[in-house]
Amino acid sequence: MKTRIFVTLKNGVLDPQGKAIHHAIEGLGFSAVQDVRAGRLIEIQHEQGLSTSDLEAMCTKLLANMVIENFEIEQA
Amino acid sequence: MRAAVIQFPGSNCDRDMVVAIRDITGTETKLVWHRTAELPDGLDLIAIPGGFSYGDYLRSGAMAARSPVMQAVIAAAGRGVPVLGVCNGFQILTEAGLLPGALMRNAGIRFVCRTVALTVENSQSAFTRGYTDGEQVRIPVAHHDGNYFADSDTLDRLEGDGRVAFRYAENVNGSARNIAGVLNAAGNVLGMMPHPERMTEAVHGGSGGRRLFEGLVRQIA
Repeated sequence: MKTRIFVTLKNGVLDPQGKAIHHAIEGLGFSAVQDVRAGRLIEIQHEQGLSTSDLEAMCTKLLANMVIENFEIEQA
Repeated sequence: MRAAVIQFPGSNCDRDMVVAIRDITGTETKLVWHRTAELPDGLDLIAIPGGFSYGDYLRSGAMAARSPVMQAVIAAAGRGVPVLGVCNGFQILTEAGLLPGALMRNAGIRFVCRTVALTVENSQSAFTRGYTDGEQVRIPVAHHDGNYFADSDTLDRLEGDGRVAFRYAENVNGSARNIAGVLNAAGNVLGMMPHPERMTEAVHGGSGGRRLFEGLVRQIA
């Protein structure tokens, strides 16, 4: 089984990387883009029966820094 | 006095830190590999050096903070042993939960590598008693992720409790309230982005970092 975990910066946390990407997109001439936020996708291949609470624990203990980031778990 | 410098895969200021501690304080200083679950007995100082532990994978300091040795460092910090984290060491201490906040990508995106002016905000701690309040010292920085972030309640609390040890005298990396170094509540854990071990003798171009180590000797003696 595969689970995808999306880690994103919390609202209000400055994202210099997203800003730089936005700037580069504008430089390519795509002027309709209003904002860009960059995050991280982590794919986990696992046995059936890995619980949501285990996945959440992985996120809070390691995959996301809860001071600045949120996570979303997408089970396939 | 005995000191340990923790070595992670990707640490690169470990030897500089050993030399600074040994030469300035006259302390027996051991390098301790991160896989070690137990620290040497009777330590008076633990230093987490700068570098790029685990290649900064996931987040700077995130992997190192979960290394076996960090449980022992957290326990020692709880017993009051002074713990100094410099640069990547500061990132590791925040990731390990020993210090509040997080160190994010520099606001200007660029890696910043130069000597900066710092203001000493609290000269009462074990690490800063070699300085005077409000004094300016020059210490080099070299980092990509030094942009200190914490929510405004946490920042107010840190400032109110005198836990901001050093502040940048200028905007270096976008850090909240120009914070360059913070203390834990008990005052025995300091994390700072600037490298005091790189400014300890005349050949370095100054000795602004030297008094941090001299102050530690006075604290522990």
